[in-house]
Amino acid sequence: MKEQLNSIRMQAEQELSNVGTITELENIRVKYLGKKGELTAVLRGMGALSPEERPIIGQLANEVRASIEGRLEEVKSELTKKERGLKLEKEVIDVTMPGNRKMLGKKHPLSIVIDEIKDVFIGMGYEIAEGPEVELDYYNFEALNIPKNHPARDVQDTFYINNNILLRTQTSPVQIRVMENKKPPIKVICPGRVYRSDAVDATHSPIFHQVEGLVVDKGVTMGDLVGTLRLFAKSLFGEKTEIRLRPHHFPFTEPSAEVDVSCWTCGGKGCRVCKNEGWIEILGAGMVHPKVLEVCGIDPEVYSGFAFGLGAERTAMGRFNIDDMRLLYENDIRFLKQF
Amino acid sequence: MKAPIDWLKDYVDINVSPKEFADAMTMSGSKVEGIEVQGEDITKVVVGKILTIEKHPDADKLQVTKVDVGSEVIQIVTGAQNISVGDYIPVALVGSTLPGDKKISKGKLRGIESYGMMCSIEELGLTSEDYPDAPEDGIYILPKEEELGKDIKEVFGLNHKVIEFEITSNRPDCLSIIGLAREAAVTLKTEFKKPVIDLKEEGDDAAQYISVEVKDTELCPRFAARVVKDVKIGPSPKWMRDRLKAAGVRPINNIVDITNYVMLEYGQPMHAYDIKDIKGNKIVVRRAHEGETIKTLDDQDREIDSSMLVIADEERAIGVAGVMGGANSEIKEDTSTIVFEAANFNGTSVRLTAKKLGMRTEASGRFEKGLDAENVEAAINRAVELVEELGIGTVCKGLIDCYAKKKEPRTINLRVEKINDFLGTNIPKEEMIGILKALEFKVDENNMTVKVPSFREDVEREADIAEEIARFYGYNNIEATLLSGKAATLGRKTHKQIIEDLIKETMIACGLSEAFTYSFTSPKVFDKLNLPMDSELRKAIVISNPLGEDYSIMRTTTIPDMLGVISTNYNRRIEEARLFEMSRVYIPQSLPLNELPHEKPVLTLGMYGKLDFYDLKGVAEELFARLGIKDYEISPEKDNAIFHPGRTASLSIDGEYAGIIGEIHPDVAEKFECPERTYIGVIEIEVLVKKASMKCQYTALPKFPAVTRDIAMLVKDEVMVKQIEDVIKQRAGKILESIKLFDVYKGKQVSEGMKSVAYSITFRASDRTLTDEDVGKAMTKILDGLKRNLGAELR
Repeated sequence: MKEQLNSIRMQAEQELSNVGTITELENIRVKYLGKKGELTAVLRGMGALSPEERPIIGQLANEVRASIEGRLEEVKSELTKKERGLKLEKEVIDVTMPGNRKMLGKKHPLSIVIDEIKDVFIGMGYEIAEGPEVELDYYNFEALNIPKNHPARDVQDTFYINNNILLRTQTSPVQIRVMENKKPPIKVICPGRVYRSDAVDATHSPIFHQVEGLVVDKGVTMGDLVGTLRLFAKSLFGEKTEIRLRPHHFPFTEPSAEVDVSCWTCGGKGCRVCKNEGWIEILGAGMVHPKVLEVCGIDPEVYSGFAFGLGAERTAMGRFNIDDMRLLYENDIRFLKQF
Repeated sequence: MKAPIDWLKDYVDINVSPKEFADAMTMSGSKVEGIEVQGEDITKVVVGKILTIEKHPDADKLQVTKVDVGSEVIQIVTGAQNISVGDYIPVALVGSTLPGDKKISKGKLRGIESYGMMCSIEELGLTSEDYPDAPEDGIYILPKEEELGKDIKEVFGLNHKVIEFEITSNRPDCLSIIGLAREAAVTLKTEFKKPVIDLKEEGDDAAQYISVEVKDTELCPRFAARVVKDVKIGPSPKWMRDRLKAAGVRPINNIVDITNYVMLEYGQPMHAYDIKDIKGNKIVVRRAHEGETIKTLDDQDREIDSSMLVIADEERAIGVAGVMGGANSEIKEDTSTIVFEAANFNGTSVRLTAKKLGMRTEASGRFEKGLDAENVEAAINRAVELVEELGIGTVCKGLIDCYAKKKEPRTINLRVEKINDFLGTNIPKEEMIGILKALEFKVDENNMTVKVPSFREDVEREADIAEEIARFYGYNNIEATLLSGKAATLGRKTHKQIIEDLIKETMIACGLSEAFTYSFTSPKVFDKLNLPMDSELRKAIVISNPLGEDYSIMRTTTIPDMLGVISTNYNRRIEEARLFEMSRVYIPQSLPLNELPHEKPVLTLGMYGKLDFYDLKGVAEELFARLGIKDYEISPEKDNAIFHPGRTASLSIDGEYAGIIGEIHPDVAEKFECPERTYIGVIEIEVLVKKASMKCQYTALPKFPAVTRDIAMLVKDEVMVKQIEDVIKQRAGKILESIKLFDVYKGKQVSEGMKSVAYSITFRASDRTLTDEDVGKAMTKILDGLKRNLGAELR
């Protein structure tokens, strides 16, 4: 019996070393260790052994079983590894094929610019105010220190509905509406659509967008205006951006300024984009005119404020290097998808 | 305003380069638009004299000439026919440049060498308007002998450097050489050389020749006149013509040139009349009579009315005040005695008159900004001073001056500390006073008040004084600060703004790109939209002065604009587009408009391509989900003329109308040149804002298993799945978790007029594992209901 067991062990080892698949391996397991297997059959014959032999053979049989089982496990893990390897090889895909994209839409470049500006100013403690586009003459002109027959009215080429109602030419009327309804401290920006009777071309549109800013409080200085605009310019155009204020005239601010930023393309050295100036004009600003404060019932001896406004189209065109304003309103999807 | 630098230098020392000067002026508020160096592009063009002319041996149309250009005699082949021996002509030498980037090099014409080119007036970048003696097509023959080889720019007076300023509307005083010189002096900290006028007045008394009566002192606060006799009309001297041309004014004759010269120098428009045309030797300044007409200097007959001020004699109008003189009294070659006029007119009146007559002139453009009445005297004296200087007439004694009421100068407090607090600066009192004095403000240092000079009508109060100081202190020397120490404010968006942002984000996440379209449109769109004549949408606000019919009404619907965008893309052969716009429509409360309209924000969706109604509906549903809107209904809409009657749905939230989504009616699609399957949605943003709920509460995850049952049923075709779902929801009881439609089938094995609809129904209880019995009961109730209410047959 001893021989029998040893030969089973050898035979099993022999067979196991030639095994190629998990199925063959399973067959071997059944052949030796199964209920009707060879080892089982030998063990069944143990009853016929003498009591002295029994423990010896029993021990041997257990050893043989353990040895076969051990080998079986080894071979099995080798085979599994091999088979998984083969499977992985077969499962190779072309990862350079296109992904299944959920095609996201895109925000309009004007929205991108306006939203960025909103974020910058919300971060500085501003609220967002809105106002009507079809506006009363009073808010668009009168209250902003542009009385009837003021030459500035001609410059702005206004669309009129009737004598009293017009399409706002600027977002500044929102300043008045805000000051009428809120006591200082006031810190708002007012983005919005404005209208001027300019024929459509590469740099003009009868409809465009402005973002207006207004701050009114005790002790607001022109230095605060400069600081605010500088921070804003750096946030929007990059840390290295500088600003420059040039005296100008707006009826509703005094002192008034036009504000240039250092060219975003050349950084101020002079290039095609800035027409070799190094500077690009982006906004108008100034200290709120005392007459405007008075009209809104705010005492200019106690309060002061500043206001500024910029054109979103020009900013977006500069930012994204868009050379024709008409593209912004044409809405070719191939254009819109670029932003 | 174009200001030649050498003219400015008459009144101020300019000790820096033109570029530095321009930059400094820009930074102190006189914005420089450009620096023009006249004749910059003309080099090596000189005076030549033609010595010989021979015919070209091999070309009929060419001539071979020898030209003396001072340093040498050169051979030039030319096609010009208007030349003769002895002519003085402009010669572009080899290596010269001409306007338009033209370079002249040695050439060979039909075998004969040519060493330069004779120039026409146009080739020199000039116009025959300036040189009426120039031939229409040919070489410009210089009118007189010139030094041979002399730079042609000197001959033509093309050596001015001209600064072009953009003057803001509040500073009419800077529309003059003297005004700009004053600014320049303060900017450069050099001396302003204020003009001093010295008159001889050798003639007899002016009052013998003319009298003036101003009938409307409101519209004409001041009218001054001077008489010059023995006038010799002729061209003005070259220096004057050169300066006028450099400043953009065409020289005419010496008297007219003087009026223009003084206008540019002093900023005061002037006029000159031939005294023999002034009937009754009397000038009357009055409003025009109704029905009166006048032929103005430009030879146009103008109808004038009583809103307009005219200069008249005893019989008729001889000029429209502040706008243009009359042809009936203009300066002619034989004019011998003239009247100069310098007057101050009401700016608004001049502006309205010019507008009504449709003739904005150099003079009216200045008057309408409001000129300084004090300047009148200096200007008219300067004019006659020039007459004496040029020796072209005898100036009569005395200024005839109708000055109704001299304005008192404005006095403003100067509070140094207040101004520094306002600017955020620390400018010493002395510096402030220095700046103001240089600007000709009178400063009373005891009372700390300033008197505003008469030409600074724009300076009304302390803020204006602050600006004057800041301009010359330097805006960019003001230290940047950040509202430190001011009350803190909270930066935030309102609920409405947050929801609007969410709508935009959701649209983008759904694959729609944002469009921006115009808010005015054409009234023709309503017909194109199939709208009935009584449609409310047709009641649109009309713009009284639109850019054209296509942009003449404020839109009441955004659909035409979205269709326009789709059409643009479709016509460019783009296969698919998904778009949205968030914008306003303008709904009048009544027409004609007497109160502001309701500007209603709407979300417009538009798409075409490989997609259908359910893609559009999916966007709407995604939006409702994102905004936490649960109680919405999407139900068939058959009666909207813009849309397909069978593929359109209206949206409502809690029973309130919230919008419409659907396929565009093929008639409309055709008219807008859109693809037949075009999908449009219009959703009311105000309703979304009102109904959106950002409240979010966590529900515990289920602890007990769910049971799912699938059912398929046959129903009549017209039964909508919503009806089936309503029955299921109503009958399933509390244990219903969800229902999911997974198949709708028509065709084989389903009889005509029927469809098969299949659902997965999921049940779950939150407190126990459901038994077969629980689920069985619910299913029985559901099936029972479907059968009874909808005639459904279980498959």
